[in-house]
Amino acid sequence: MRNAFAAELTALAVEDPRIYLLSGDIGNQLFDKFKAARPDRFLNCGVAEANMIGVAAGLALNGFRPIAYTINAFITTRCYEQIRVDLCYHNLPVILVGVGGGLAYASLGPTHHSCEDIGILRILPNMKVVCPGDAVEARLAMRAALREPGPVYIRLGKKGEPVVHASPPPFQLGKAIVVREGSEVCILSTGNTLPLAIEAGEELNRGGVSTRVVSFHTVKPLDEGCLTEVFSRFAVVATVEEHSRLGGLGGGIAEWMADRGPVRARLCRIGTPDRFLHEAGEQAHAREAFGLTPQQVASTILAARRPSA
Amino acid sequence: MDETARRIRGRLVDMSHRAKTPHLASALSCVDILVAAYWGVLRIDPALPQDPDRDRFILSKGHAATALYATLAQRGFFDPALLDSFAADGSPLAEHPAPRCAPGVELATGSLGHGLPVGLGIALGCRLLHRSYRVFVVMSDGECNEGSVWEAALLAAAHRLDRLCIVIDYNKWQATARSNETMALSPLREKWQAFGWEAVEVDGHDPAALLEAMGGVPHPSGRPRAIVAHTVKGKGVSFMEDDNNWHYRVPTAEEVRRAKEELGLA
Repeated sequence: MRNAFAAELTALAVEDPRIYLLSGDIGNQLFDKFKAARPDRFLNCGVAEANMIGVAAGLALNGFRPIAYTINAFITTRCYEQIRVDLCYHNLPVILVGVGGGLAYASLGPTHHSCEDIGILRILPNMKVVCPGDAVEARLAMRAALREPGPVYIRLGKKGEPVVHASPPPFQLGKAIVVREGSEVCILSTGNTLPLAIEAGEELNRGGVSTRVVSFHTVKPLDEGCLTEVFSRFAVVATVEEHSRLGGLGGGIAEWMADRGPVRARLCRIGTPDRFLHEAGEQAHAREAFGLTPQQVASTILAARRPSA
Repeated sequence: MDETARRIRGRLVDMSHRAKTPHLASALSCVDILVAAYWGVLRIDPALPQDPDRDRFILSKGHAATALYATLAQRGFFDPALLDSFAADGSPLAEHPAPRCAPGVELATGSLGHGLPVGLGIALGCRLLHRSYRVFVVMSDGECNEGSVWEAALLAAAHRLDRLCIVIDYNKWQATARSNETMALSPLREKWQAFGWEAVEVDGHDPAALLEAMGGVPHPSGRPRAIVAHTVKGKGVSFMEDDNNWHYRVPTAEEVRRAKEELGLA
């Protein structure tokens, strides 16, 4: 996702002189092509994220379309107040891009895990929250974010994730994409869990439970049309995300359900538990520790499917 | 300018009394800085508040909002009658400036340490667009407690943003204590110098000194400019001067009368 984002941004910057890239001293060589194409549209702001957000706001006040990029945990929790005041309060068109969403940087430890960001950003007025499911969606999200009049947060995984979309699907912020059709269970995945959700769906299909898988890439605004449809059609709707079960996609949909009133489907929120991971290990290990392997996801959904006593 | 500053100070006392709002001493402290800027330094046209070539002025110490509102009104950006609605329910003029709340207000402030990073971004944009306007940011000394201020200080100096200028309203107090007993700010000018800025110290109540220091932006050295303006909190009203109770206190009708008398506005 990371490299697709950099390539797309470079292509866009060649067309649009308003694009300005700010980096928090991250992305060694990632932006070499960008810098070659637009040397005067790149600034390394150093390891100073709070200031970087303010600088982005100042540039946006001048008509630029700044993109502020660094590691996911540092572009969100580290500079939250600047995002709230400088970007959201002023409703400025700044795009925040984080690399290493969720557990993508699991091996670097909980300082670099990012499982609270969706929750804190989606409650900010004017902010839109987008979590692309693969490299194709990352490119499309970047393009779509530039058409927005206010702030957008794009949460990337890392590099080298499986590509889900063979060709670019129709893409619109706030419009979920069905990637696998099914009739009994529906999985809504946001961000880099999309390949995991597809595998979990295959697991369920093998067990005779027909599963639809949706890339619910935009957590804010929620695609209410999609939610209305799937909650009336399926017995179980499961959310899957590398994010806390509190406050993320699952939390947002639970709020939607509370406001909406009775629906047919049962909501099953699958995400990280309310604790830090005090063990070393790669992303696959962290996922397993948190119940996020395809098999674990499938069995959690099957358990939710059984009628409760 | 002295006459203008006295009238604005009288207005601030009235606004605090009428709206029962705090931060009067903080506002009085920076009046001479704002008057020097708006009447002697800034290239602005109140009739064209969105002119792309205007100098930008950011009051980063947003708690002194009354000083900004009264200055803008006096300078002709909007009808001074609007000041009567200050902090009233439904008024555009809140206790801290909101985005686009009135003509001439460049930035919503109130949380400290935001004005300089944003001002830096504006100055960077100015350079990219090959424009020649300048960006002035007024900060408080207490505000220099915030880490974001020093992040911006380092970045602005690295890129030699010579059209960026800060004025620190150095009244030696913050909300609840002496600023130098709270955080080791002193020596403040030397700190900014060491951070790569062209730093000077002036009497923050001396219009001529302020005009010279702010008027000299951009400086031939090519560095951003820091003006450490020594001020007195509560300046202009003897019984408020250097008394930090007036960070929060609201003047009574009798105190308003005495203040006005001292300001020659009775």
